[in-house]
Amino acid sequence: MAYNLKEEVQKPERLSGGHRMCAGCGAPVAVRGVLRALNPEDKAVIGSATGCLEVSTFLYPYTAWQDSFIHSAFENAAATIGGVEACYKVLKKKGTVDETFKFIAFGGDGGTYDIGFQSLSGAMERGHDMVYVCYDNEAYMNTGIQRSSSTPRFADATTSPAGKVIPGKPQNKKNLTEIMAAHNLPYVAQTTFIGNFKDLHEKAHKAIYTPGANFLNIMAPCPRGWRYPTEDLMEICKLAVETCVWPLYEVENGVYTLNYEPKNKLPVEEFLKKQGRFKHMFAKGNEWMIEEAQKFVDEKWEALLKKCR
Amino acid sequence: MGIRDRLSGNEAVAIAMKQINPDVMGAFPITPSTEIPQYFSQYVANGQVDTEFVAVESEHSAMSTCIGAEAAGGRAVTATSSCGLALMWEMLYVAASARLPVTLACVNRALTGPININNDHSDSMGARDAGWIQIYAETNQEAYDNFVQAMRIGEHKDVRLPVMVCQDGFITSHAIENIELIEDDQVKKFVGEYHPENYLLKKENPMAVGPYDTAAYYMEHKKQQAEAMKNAKGVILEIAKEFEALTGRHYGLFEEHMMEDAETAIVIIGSSAGTAKQAVNELRAQGKKVGLVKVRVFRPFPMQEIAQALSKVKAVAVMDKTESFSACGGPLFAETRSAAYDLKNRPAMINYVYGLGGRDVRVEDIEHVYAELDKIVKTGETGEVYRHLSVRE
Repeated sequence: MAYNLKEEVQKPERLSGGHRMCAGCGAPVAVRGVLRALNPEDKAVIGSATGCLEVSTFLYPYTAWQDSFIHSAFENAAATIGGVEACYKVLKKKGTVDETFKFIAFGGDGGTYDIGFQSLSGAMERGHDMVYVCYDNEAYMNTGIQRSSSTPRFADATTSPAGKVIPGKPQNKKNLTEIMAAHNLPYVAQTTFIGNFKDLHEKAHKAIYTPGANFLNIMAPCPRGWRYPTEDLMEICKLAVETCVWPLYEVENGVYTLNYEPKNKLPVEEFLKKQGRFKHMFAKGNEWMIEEAQKFVDEKWEALLKKCR
Repeated sequence: MGIRDRLSGNEAVAIAMKQINPDVMGAFPITPSTEIPQYFSQYVANGQVDTEFVAVESEHSAMSTCIGAEAAGGRAVTATSSCGLALMWEMLYVAASARLPVTLACVNRALTGPININNDHSDSMGARDAGWIQIYAETNQEAYDNFVQAMRIGEHKDVRLPVMVCQDGFITSHAIENIELIEDDQVKKFVGEYHPENYLLKKENPMAVGPYDTAAYYMEHKKQQAEAMKNAKGVILEIAKEFEALTGRHYGLFEEHMMEDAETAIVIIGSSAGTAKQAVNELRAQGKKVGLVKVRVFRPFPMQEIAQALSKVKAVAVMDKTESFSACGGPLFAETRSAAYDLKNRPAMINYVYGLGGRDVRVEDIEHVYAELDKIVKTGETGEVYRHLSVRE
């Protein structure tokens, strides 16, 4: 059946409203988008790393999660949900559980690119039947916008501030999607919020229903950290894709597919200028920063195109 | 009746695990506990158990796997030592606070700094306040018996806490001793099936585990954990009674050896108790009124009971196989001295830190401790309270 957003949003919400995530935050949008891809008759156990998502959706004694949910710590969402999945296999064999359960772990970029990287790599290598979803907002937002290995170069974060000598984060963003593709997983994809959410929906469905350990990286902007007006969330995501800062692609059993190629690739400043964290890059004399940023995007884009052809 | 065998402590614990047939084992190799997952993975490979063996990439993930599995509604086990336990540290607290009765075989080894693979209790003693029940073994037989009893204790509705079953690295884990195993079906019957009330995979009632717990609730939850630990004491004794009916082997919170008329006593944990008993027997043969208390259960700490056991002695040496760097003694000493505070006639009490990083503990070392206690009784002077045994100055 063809994808239809109007029909999709009629499905009962699996993450209830009333949680405490900020307006204009990408994380709950990503979560709801992924959970909509679950077949309604299937049950799920959702795991979450410590982070905004966890502390804002499950404050004792309230939970926004309609499915079973587990949080244990910051760096181990993958291992924790892997343990749930391992137990499911046994209980299913024994006949204690007969329903179909799916297993989805969510983590921010801090809990995924950095502190949870080992746990993620381990769980993926072991091949648990699960999906790990990174909602990538490019910094440690829960603790107050500290830089992570996902933070792009030059971004002004609270532990990589733009100062008189050092102009924001010195290092480029780590390419985690490529690292996960190098794990030779059945399904790895990168997406964000575009148009009618078809790209996210289809990727989430494939990630959930392709047997094995799969990885989904979703750019999920943070209005506080990126410093944009909350209503600009969708516009920022669109610009990330149109500038090729965040290409939409998937890797199925090693085969790369580019899901969207901009007709007119926009210059990177179109994406940067919308965000306060890059403001200093537009000061007089800092033109080289934008050039460097463009160079980085171009190189990565060309390399990706080669893999996709 | 029982099956007579000769086994290392590690193999005995692995066999207990096989007989229990847990749902998930998450494990990572570390000396000297490595053999346990090794033996166990062979049982898995041979189809002798139904367990999912999750060969994780770290002990942190081993405990995380166990937490996930136990929350999912199954029985989860792991085994570790030393730095492995240290890497689990964060997750030990999570397992306890989420009230998940994971069972951990701890093969005690010195914590690194500097690296040392031999036995002392710095690993599990460092984790003593994590909210886990801790049961220690003197022999291979005790390591096996304690493991068989552990799940019944942890899963009890009044307890619901994880259990650490400790034995001494190499001393019991690798040494082969005569042992009496219980028949498979008897173990299965004794341990029973696990039917938690609520679990993640319960279809009719989804569950959320691991909330953000604000100041409005956190303290109540900690109090509940503390109550559970208090309840554990009675449950441990209940299960021990059932175990005795099955095997004839008696277990308590601690064991008293020659304490009836003892004037001086040693309080000790683990395999060194065997050495100390030998010293007691030799000194008794010389007419000396010496006794020994071997602590089996350190968490919950049997405070009143130990105080009672020491109520008639004149001087006590508490033996800590770990340094706590408090500058005034080890953890067993702190607990024991605190317990004795309520006694009308408090014995003099000293602390010996001993056996660190595998430093050999001989019968004559223990005899030296009793000689020092003798001196205290004769002179009425306690002298230095915080001492180290068999160490070059």
